[in-house]
Amino acid sequence: MNEIIRIGNAQGFWGDSPGAAARMVHLEPELDYLTLDYLAELSLSIMASQREKDPQLGYARDFIEVIHSLIPHWNQGSRVKVVTNAGGLNPYGCAQACVKALQQGKTRPMKIGIVDGDNVIEILKSDARNVDYRNSQTHESLENIVDQLTTANAYVGARPIVQALLEGADIVITGRVADPSLTVGPCAAHFGWSWNDFNALAGATIAGHLIECGNQVTGGMSTNWTSVFDPVNIGYPIVEVKHDGSCVVTKPGYTGGRVTEETVKEQLLYEIGDPSSYLSPDVTVSFLSLSVKQESKDRVCVSGATGKPPPPTLKVSASYHNGYKTEGMLTIFGLDAQIKARKVGEIILEKVRLSGFVLHRTLIECLGCNDSVSGVVPSNGQSKECVLRVSVADPRKEALEVFAKEIAPLVTSGPQGVVGYASGRPKIRPVFGYWPCLINRELIKPQVQLIQS
Amino acid sequence: MTEMKTLRSIAYARSGDKGNSANVGIIAFNPEGFSFLKNYLTVARVKEYFAPLNPSDVLRYELPNLYAFNFILEEALGGGGSQSLRIDSQGKALGQALLEMPIEISLEEWEKCSRRKK
Repeated sequence: MNEIIRIGNAQGFWGDSPGAAARMVHLEPELDYLTLDYLAELSLSIMASQREKDPQLGYARDFIEVIHSLIPHWNQGSRVKVVTNAGGLNPYGCAQACVKALQQGKTRPMKIGIVDGDNVIEILKSDARNVDYRNSQTHESLENIVDQLTTANAYVGARPIVQALLEGADIVITGRVADPSLTVGPCAAHFGWSWNDFNALAGATIAGHLIECGNQVTGGMSTNWTSVFDPVNIGYPIVEVKHDGSCVVTKPGYTGGRVTEETVKEQLLYEIGDPSSYLSPDVTVSFLSLSVKQESKDRVCVSGATGKPPPPTLKVSASYHNGYKTEGMLTIFGLDAQIKARKVGEIILEKVRLSGFVLHRTLIECLGCNDSVSGVVPSNGQSKECVLRVSVADPRKEALEVFAKEIAPLVTSGPQGVVGYASGRPKIRPVFGYWPCLINRELIKPQVQLIQS
Repeated sequence: MTEMKTLRSIAYARSGDKGNSANVGIIAFNPEGFSFLKNYLTVARVKEYFAPLNPSDVLRYELPNLYAFNFILEEALGGGGSQSLRIDSQGKALGQALLEMPIEISLEEWEKCSRRKK
């Protein structure tokens, strides 16, 4: 058994650079595992809309392109294994599309592990009247929105991934799993950890947390971004995990970006809550015992994570239909740009009102005048240029259609210097409310199935 | 004698979302900066600074091992994710915003706190 396992990430979210996976494998032919993360909080609701149009969909189709891009590497002898949550709402459909791609590419026979069983929408719907499911943030009862539910998926842990890998899977496709579990799975399978090795599991969870957002740990999003080396060729991250769960964060040679104590600490703090108990389905992790040390250039050692048993509940991300939204933008150049921009926004909304629609929610932002964080950082109001953004939400699609038609007229009826109206009327999109809650983990029974190409 | 500096001169940051709440991680350059911020960057001060975003509450966690703090701004994203009408519906700009915070600090202390670790 190798003393370390090397795991890369080449997809931090659905929409990340499509060429990253093949580039990573090209630069790192000895890499053991490649993880690809496609699921943010609301990605599954988008997949639900796609599945409504075609029942064969409901997964990240971009992943199939990534498989196509990896085929030449597998055909040249690469043994890299892939672990991904690209399956979304339809891991089986995703796996079938993947098999088809592998067959077209004439690869050696490969085994695909499918992890399913995270979908809890039927449990929530049938239990809503007996079990008091509460929104973890607002504490509101599920009964209020149960009829509008579109998706509800529990964050499954690493165990079914380990099972698929131990049964010989070359590619593991899951639905909703906790993002770090994509990394914990390969580590636990490789080192044969027991589910009571809490410190090791905690270390691997940290490793997974560090790479799950791709370039965010290699210089992307960093406070000191302007001094990041060669950002065009920024390298995606790799963790080298040891048997005790400690890891070195690094990136392929001959790539841009950087891995320093700063980039690692920033990503450690990304989207966490209480650092003394970071909850995952595999283990409860404390960040307070971590040590972060630069070992050499672009290599940072992260050790000392401590773990406790995971909670008896799993987190569920649910979503529900909540009307529609859209937003229009115009750029105003010239004297008093900010004042003019706000006035233009007010005129648009007033015209909608005169057409008979009082919109449910509206917001005018003057971008270029510090409105991205409105009211927090003062603006001097002297800018000669301002991007007006008007966003609106309403349960009535037709009200938003009226709004969408009232933006362009301001090019000729508004102030001098209105530019940037070339992309046409704004599109009206459904709004999905995010509804996190907890579920008894005994109710979740992940299933693992293997198919061969 | 105290001077007005910005938080940016002694710390770096990262922010993001969890549903309708945001978190902002603040990392001091060095242990002196961490000690200063432990007293200075209070929940009350951060809550007041971000008052225009209407957080229902602000929580602060300390990570002395990383010279860092994690602030949670509860229900501060105008609905968050798909519901928020804001251009920054996911709180990605809040780290940069907090680094703009003016801090009152003695020159002597600032010189210590603003040293980046070698």
